[in-house]
Amino acid sequence: MKQYETVIGLEVHVELSTETKIFCGCSTKFGGAPNTHTCPVCTGMPGSLPVLNKKVVDYALAFGLAANCHINQLCRFDRKNYFYPDNPQNYQISQLYVPICRDGYIEIETPAGKKKVRIHEMHMEEDAGKLVHDEWEDCTLVDYNRSGVPLIEIVSEPDMRSADEVIAYLEKIRMICQYLGISDCKLQEGSMRADVNLSVREAGSTEFGTRTEMKNLNSFKAIARAIEGERERQIELLMEGKEVLQETRRWDDNKESSFAMRSKEDAKDYRYFPDPDLPPVYISEEWMEEVLDKQPEMQPEKAERYKKEYGLSDYDAGVLTQSKVIADVFEETAVLCGKAKKAANWMIGETFRLVRERGISPDEIHFSPKHLAYIIDAVDKGEINQQSAKEVFEKVFDEDIEPKAYIEAKGLKIVQDSGLLEQVVCQVIEKFPDTVREYKDGKEKVLGFLVGQVMKEMKGKANPAKVNEMLRSKI
Amino acid sequence: MAKICIDDAVMDNVEILAKLKLNGEAREKAKAELQKMLDYMNKLEAVDTTGVEPMLGIYPLKNVFREDVVVNGDDREAMLANAPKQKEGQYQVPKTVV
Amino acid sequence: MEIREMTACTLGQKIRRHEIGVKEAVKASLDEIKKQEPTVHAFLSYDEKMITARVKDVEAGMKSGKYKGPLAGVPVAVKDNICTKGLKTTCASKMLENFAPVYNAHVIDQMEEAGMIVIGKTNMDEFAMGSTSETSAFGITRNPWNKDHVPGGSSGGSCAAVASGEVSLALGSDTGGSIRQPAAFCGVTGIKPTYGRVSRYGLIAYASSLDQIGAIGRDTADCAALLDVISGADAKDSTSVPGMKTDFYENLRESVAGMRFGVPKEYLSEGLDRQIQKSLMDMIQLLTQAGATVEFFSMDHVDDVIPAYYIVACAEASSNLERFDGVKYGYRSAAGEDLHDMYKKTRNEGFGEEVQRRILLGSFVLSSGYYDAYYLKALKVRALVKQQFDKAFKKYDVIIAPAAPTTAPKIGDSLGDPLKMYLSDIYTAGVNLAGIPGITVPFALSDEGMPIGFQLLGDCFNENKILQAAYTLEKLRGPLPAAWERRSDRS
Repeated sequence: MKQYETVIGLEVHVELSTETKIFCGCSTKFGGAPNTHTCPVCTGMPGSLPVLNKKVVDYALAFGLAANCHINQLCRFDRKNYFYPDNPQNYQISQLYVPICRDGYIEIETPAGKKKVRIHEMHMEEDAGKLVHDEWEDCTLVDYNRSGVPLIEIVSEPDMRSADEVIAYLEKIRMICQYLGISDCKLQEGSMRADVNLSVREAGSTEFGTRTEMKNLNSFKAIARAIEGERERQIELLMEGKEVLQETRRWDDNKESSFAMRSKEDAKDYRYFPDPDLPPVYISEEWMEEVLDKQPEMQPEKAERYKKEYGLSDYDAGVLTQSKVIADVFEETAVLCGKAKKAANWMIGETFRLVRERGISPDEIHFSPKHLAYIIDAVDKGEINQQSAKEVFEKVFDEDIEPKAYIEAKGLKIVQDSGLLEQVVCQVIEKFPDTVREYKDGKEKVLGFLVGQVMKEMKGKANPAKVNEMLRSKI
Repeated sequence: MAKICIDDAVMDNVEILAKLKLNGEAREKAKAELQKMLDYMNKLEAVDTTGVEPMLGIYPLKNVFREDVVVNGDDREAMLANAPKQKEGQYQVPKTVV
Repeated sequence: MEIREMTACTLGQKIRRHEIGVKEAVKASLDEIKKQEPTVHAFLSYDEKMITARVKDVEAGMKSGKYKGPLAGVPVAVKDNICTKGLKTTCASKMLENFAPVYNAHVIDQMEEAGMIVIGKTNMDEFAMGSTSETSAFGITRNPWNKDHVPGGSSGGSCAAVASGEVSLALGSDTGGSIRQPAAFCGVTGIKPTYGRVSRYGLIAYASSLDQIGAIGRDTADCAALLDVISGADAKDSTSVPGMKTDFYENLRESVAGMRFGVPKEYLSEGLDRQIQKSLMDMIQLLTQAGATVEFFSMDHVDDVIPAYYIVACAEASSNLERFDGVKYGYRSAAGEDLHDMYKKTRNEGFGEEVQRRILLGSFVLSSGYYDAYYLKALKVRALVKQQFDKAFKKYDVIIAPAAPTTAPKIGDSLGDPLKMYLSDIYTAGVNLAGIPGITVPFALSDEGMPIGFQLLGDCFNENKILQAAYTLEKLRGPLPAAWERRSDRS
């Protein structure tokens, strides 16, 4: 049987986390009642004109430089014309003829090894509004709150060969964006979106097959499934001697299949032309240097520093820096409690366990580092035991509760009252005279049993070391 | 520039792009006029534009920016007041998914 | 002197001196409107309630010293493609029949800060596409000099309103001659400033790289005073140019001595009406006698202006007018079944024939396979046209040009042959391609009693020079009768 190779290129849209939209002073805040973050510009009112948000260029430039791109120092905006109600002007302001960046690359790593994925070009553009189907009246309702939110679109070369590589590429883009602080890259909220261009060819062939474009992919899992599904569909067609049609397909993750988005009204002729409302953007050497100077510490440097500064292992430093959110929480916790290794263990152990259990992304953790630092300190001081610490942390992880108050309210605190402890110790000695005798005869091991009994009586709220010491002296 | 013939196929395509649908006499008239205009405009073919940069903009402006500061409040009701059809603070259109 | 006979500056001065009240000035204008509108139909709407409220504001503002400029208290008419908050702005199209903008165009804010009073919105060719004001969806405007003739277009309503004495000042917009040609047809003065001089924010775009708002008045001084008000960079229009000097009114000087004028020979081709040619020679003689030098020179690419202009203008228009789709504002067809059907029916029923023609043409020249041959080629030819003007302005301070090949045509004579109508923009459209300023000055009356006007063109941001030339030419020419005087002559 013939062997087939999958060839994949990606178009990734990333929403930039500026305060305002790309061409007007409306807020980009997520949520908000429909159409409350709109103005004449982002609803395409007659006579309104766009004015470019400088920060969008700063952010796009930061990504381009981090992704090893060539910067077009004089770039322009073009209009992409197509009618759809989410697009209030019926043209989208984008960049086609001279985008801000081209010819870059991103390095990815998969079990198959390291690899460079080339970036064909990257440009700035505006996002569209949101369409909601209204079942009641069987119509569509339009909300322009997202209309005009700034995006960068990163177009790769067809350099990827598997879903693994695609996921690694997306993870890497997400990591770069988060480190640069230019986007939170949440697939579910749509702040990061990917269109997959996929074709198959016989292994060893140097020619590309006909590709399809798949849209509507909103999770890494959906992307992986869509790639697998589309690969199989195309191979099946070829094996039956049929042709793959160049078309746009929509992935339905529930049905786990794609279907063609075809309409005779889709002319696919966007009539791009330079937007006469926007003068060009000139990016001087100084501007580029300024952006580079302001570039925050990126993942490789951070991991290196963690090893040096906190004495972490290669593995720990790597795991902690994959997500900037995790890294930030780790580092703040480490600084607050002064115990980096313990903070690292809490992040890699309990935090990741809960992340997996809750089925969320590491970026979605939202507890305060000071609360974790408090727990670490409390264990260290013998105020709570490890078991209670985990219980408290779970509450912190979920609800970011104040650990101190919680420990007190739940009575988890180890009892420091030696009068009470002494009383219990005496009771236990009286209750188990045989064991006491064994100990006195030199069977050191049985002391553990006695300690356990005391702890049981104390409902765990005693310091085992102290119990140990008191038992020895009393016996 | 090859001589273009505005036949029904070309007209169909232009109508899709322009989101206009002309019928009967109006369509025939539009085809004929479009043909006449384009024939006339073909005279530009004779102009030697070798080495000429396309003119984009009059005054050499560049880097006209806004600062990233929210200045717009909520003017939803006033804007929606112009909408031909609205529902629950949104613009209502025929359904987009079939 | 009756108020309708006064220039805006004279009226402003009398208001400042308390010789005429603001209310009185506004009433005179409204009275004239009520009298003339049944024949002229220069206005599409005016809102007496809003005007009354505004008059009170202006009276208070003048008392407190807030409004003290030369045009404070003066009524002004505004072309109906310039957005006025809460006041219908229709572009003379069924598409925007009931559209009330939520904001003011920047020029409206500027005029209000100068204490001026927007009296009403004027008729025009639909979406400024046309040369006669006959493509308006709301009826034609008639030329105040002869009601069987068009006022020109697309700012025909604004020019007719000034010529008829309904107002002394108006705003127009000029994409390919839409201020300068109707100004010539109506015997008024109209200036299209340099592209970028006046903010386009709130001007409903026809062709963004060509559109510019300008002033229309009885004379040059009025235009200069209004241009002072509306000039200046605007943070909301990225194409408006900062740091350019104004003070046009203050700097008006009566002298052409030593000024160098050039006349492109190609403008005197056989298409130009004989009487206009003769007037042009008279004008040259006057200028020469006053100490100016006037030369004929040859200008290339004059015949390429119209194709390049219509390709660029229609391409931009096809995109600018995509937003009119029945979703957010304006007309929506009741017949649309699905989304795309709704779009098509809405646009088909909402736009008139000329607008549809230009959208179709513009969509075609941008379409895949034709972009390079038409649109890109036109942008290159545009660069060549600009080079021709640049070259000329190295030699001349001012270029003299006709405003149109003929005087105002009769109603109904123009629309039958669109290409012929487009060709009549030959003297005006190049100015927009090059972005330079141009002013039309009335110069004479034809044997039939119709006004003849000429354009004076200057280099970018040299409005001062053409205003000075126009101001001087007015004095050399001497007073011309007003439309209402001529009309009563003949009746």
